[in-house]
Amino acid sequence: MKYFHLVWAALFRRKTRTFLTLASIVAAFLLFGLLDGIRSSFAQLGQNADGAQRLQTSSKLSFIETLPISLQGRIANIDNIEAVTYANWFGGTYQGPKNQLFTFAVAPNYLDLYPEIEVDPAQVEAWKRNRTGMLVGETMMKRFDWKVGQRVPLQSGIYPNSDGSLDWAFDIVGVLRAKDKKSAGFTEALILMHYDYFEESTPYVDGDVGWYISRVSDVRRSDAAAKAIDALSLNSPHETRSMSEQAAMASQLKQMADVGLIVGSIMGAVFFTLLLLTGNTMAQAVRERTSELAVLKTIGFSSSSVLWMVLAESMLIVVIGGVLGLGLAAVIGPAVSAGSGGMISLPPVGLQSWLLGLVLMLAIGLLVGALPAIRAMRLNIVDALAGR
Amino acid sequence: MNRLKKMLRAAGLVLLIALVLAAWILLPWWVLLGAAAAFALWMLLARSGRQAASVTMVGVSTLSQRIGSSSVVIVGIAGVVGVLVALLAMAEGYRHTVSSSGDERTAIVLRGGSAAELMSVMTRDAITTIERAPEIARDADGRPMASPELVVAANLPVRGGGADEDGSVQLRGVGDMAWAVRPDLEIVEGRRFEPGKRELVVGKGARRQFTGLDPGSELRLGTQPWTVVGVFESGDSMESEIWADAEVVASTYGRGSSRASVFARLSDPSAFNAFKATLAADPRLQVEAKTTLDYFQDQSEGVSKVLRIIGIVVGSIMAIGAVFGALNTMFASVASRAREIATLRAIGFRGVPVVVAVLLETMLLAALGGALGGAIAWLVFNGYTASTLAGGVAQLSFEFKVSPALLWEGLKWALAIGFVGGLFPALRAATMPVTDALRAA
Repeated sequence: MKYFHLVWAALFRRKTRTFLTLASIVAAFLLFGLLDGIRSSFAQLGQNADGAQRLQTSSKLSFIETLPISLQGRIANIDNIEAVTYANWFGGTYQGPKNQLFTFAVAPNYLDLYPEIEVDPAQVEAWKRNRTGMLVGETMMKRFDWKVGQRVPLQSGIYPNSDGSLDWAFDIVGVLRAKDKKSAGFTEALILMHYDYFEESTPYVDGDVGWYISRVSDVRRSDAAAKAIDALSLNSPHETRSMSEQAAMASQLKQMADVGLIVGSIMGAVFFTLLLLTGNTMAQAVRERTSELAVLKTIGFSSSSVLWMVLAESMLIVVIGGVLGLGLAAVIGPAVSAGSGGMISLPPVGLQSWLLGLVLMLAIGLLVGALPAIRAMRLNIVDALAGR
Repeated sequence: MNRLKKMLRAAGLVLLIALVLAAWILLPWWVLLGAAAAFALWMLLARSGRQAASVTMVGVSTLSQRIGSSSVVIVGIAGVVGVLVALLAMAEGYRHTVSSSGDERTAIVLRGGSAAELMSVMTRDAITTIERAPEIARDADGRPMASPELVVAANLPVRGGGADEDGSVQLRGVGDMAWAVRPDLEIVEGRRFEPGKRELVVGKGARRQFTGLDPGSELRLGTQPWTVVGVFESGDSMESEIWADAEVVASTYGRGSSRASVFARLSDPSAFNAFKATLAADPRLQVEAKTTLDYFQDQSEGVSKVLRIIGIVVGSIMAIGAVFGALNTMFASVASRAREIATLRAIGFRGVPVVVAVLLETMLLAALGGALGGAIAWLVFNGYTASTLAGGVAQLSFEFKVSPALLWEGLKWALAIGFVGGLFPALRAATMPVTDALRAA
């Protein structure tokens, strides 16, 4: 570190070039920040401790099939099952089929199994008292500019109301907030309504529920519990499939698209390009300074310290650019999310992205600096001073 | 005074770049071709044009000496164009697969308010009423060419997935009219299912996506065993489905006599409005009719738009990175040829030819990079199959489609990057003080 001022001075020997190199590194890490945020938020859906503790039971035939409500009591009796709740897909839309909303009709104890969703206790009480009440995620509230206390007309894409039309109306009685902002993209875009009211109103659902969620007391024995649940309805017309919520989420996401693969290959292309551009600049910088490096060696700098100085220089420039780029991503991501009014939800750049980013910066810096540094190390003083 | 002049010039440059880029994006290809032709004529005929041509020739012929840094520009821009074209090809392939599923002569009728088939339910009575509409074409036996169909989502093991990993596939229950309504669909292997039996025909895409869908094999849906008897090909989103007899599907999934949708072949493409009016006039029906073209286009709109936006945002950020890379390389190239350029100017070459020559050289490199990136995207991704959950319910497999239009778009991006990346170094070359440059090492 005692040569830091030398490295620093070398970095700004050619301001234009340094600035241009920095700019392309910033662009690359800006992209990295945005994409890695998306990737990790996909990977982290359902990946919390609460998700592992919950089993999701749905029809084996297909996820749109329903299950009889009589299963609830039988699941609750299984060893290791602490609590059972159920939900049904409502298929809500607002102002036409363009705005598809995540709407579930849920049992009164649904929120007890989801401690990661925060709701004001007074609002939960209000919800339990009001049959047509619904709890709405915060993003959703912002997206449509809804207020608590407002009555909102929703259409169901699937279930008619008691009067035969697809129009429903609900009172907003509370707001759902995610305790951990990483899962906000899902939780805060959710609408919960009463299963009882829904079931009584629509002619299609006679004591059927979409899926069960149960909490196990001992996570290590959750596989056995899942098997026991599935055994309840084996060879009946309602065979079930139970798995941890984590696994269910993962298999659902896998079907969405090979998000990881596509994002990964883009990042690969970006870094390859970046590596090339920065590597070229570093090579140029060292080539230009051949005589300077020779002077350094003449006055007694060892070959290895010259090597490290060049390496430090390239790592420094990549780290500066990378931190600027990631910082920019951290600012731009939330700004885009806020600006789009909940349409696009870019997650904030998390600690993991920062760590991964820093490792990448150092690795790239090392890699692009390696060739010029080795060349600098092997420099023959006499030839270099003579300009050969 | 000097500073003011500098600022004015910078502002002018930015304005020029903005104008050129805007024209570049907005103008159709034949205007650009015309501009290129005029430019070529200028190079051939005008005095300064001929000067520009010869300076360019010098630059291009010495490119091999700067092969390292020049190939950096090429590869950098190829990376940008490759990623951009690949992402756009994904959007294009998705849109193409879904929207080619429909045409104007076939209508789809769903329960009013249902966004997709999976959400729709129609009673037997409603279906019989719809089939009586006079606008529906009749087959040789005088039966209406209308196919009531049932759609459910079925769980099947995914190819290449874990032992217990299921994906969702669309299972369509159809009657014998379904084949008549879709003339483009053909059985490429095996045969059609026999009515009343638990037999399946599978789409090519579905077969690729899930295991155990080869003809002759048996699989379980729920508690029942089914046999796969054939494979069909249609070149659209139907290929991601599996088909079986509607009655059997309805009894397996407890749907009674209800169906999800009616596909109707109209007697004439222009009959759609009349058909829609007939259905709307009937008070017993609460249904919505769309041409299948509109229906499938609506289904694909959202996703392909999002994919396109992602492609353009990612492409733009990468392009900015590449512009700086190109600037760096070209500045270095100009600096290393400072003496050469100064000599040219000393013997009477004016500023414009020098600017044009450096610009042309950069854009040539960019065009090479664009072509390379497009070619890589085409080689790797054209026909590459991917799949996604369509409408959140069933897997839809589609192919990336690298169309000539996309390649042209990629080339346009490459040239735009080359223009911005070459302009500043070109101006530097033209405005360098001749005497200083001649003295430079």
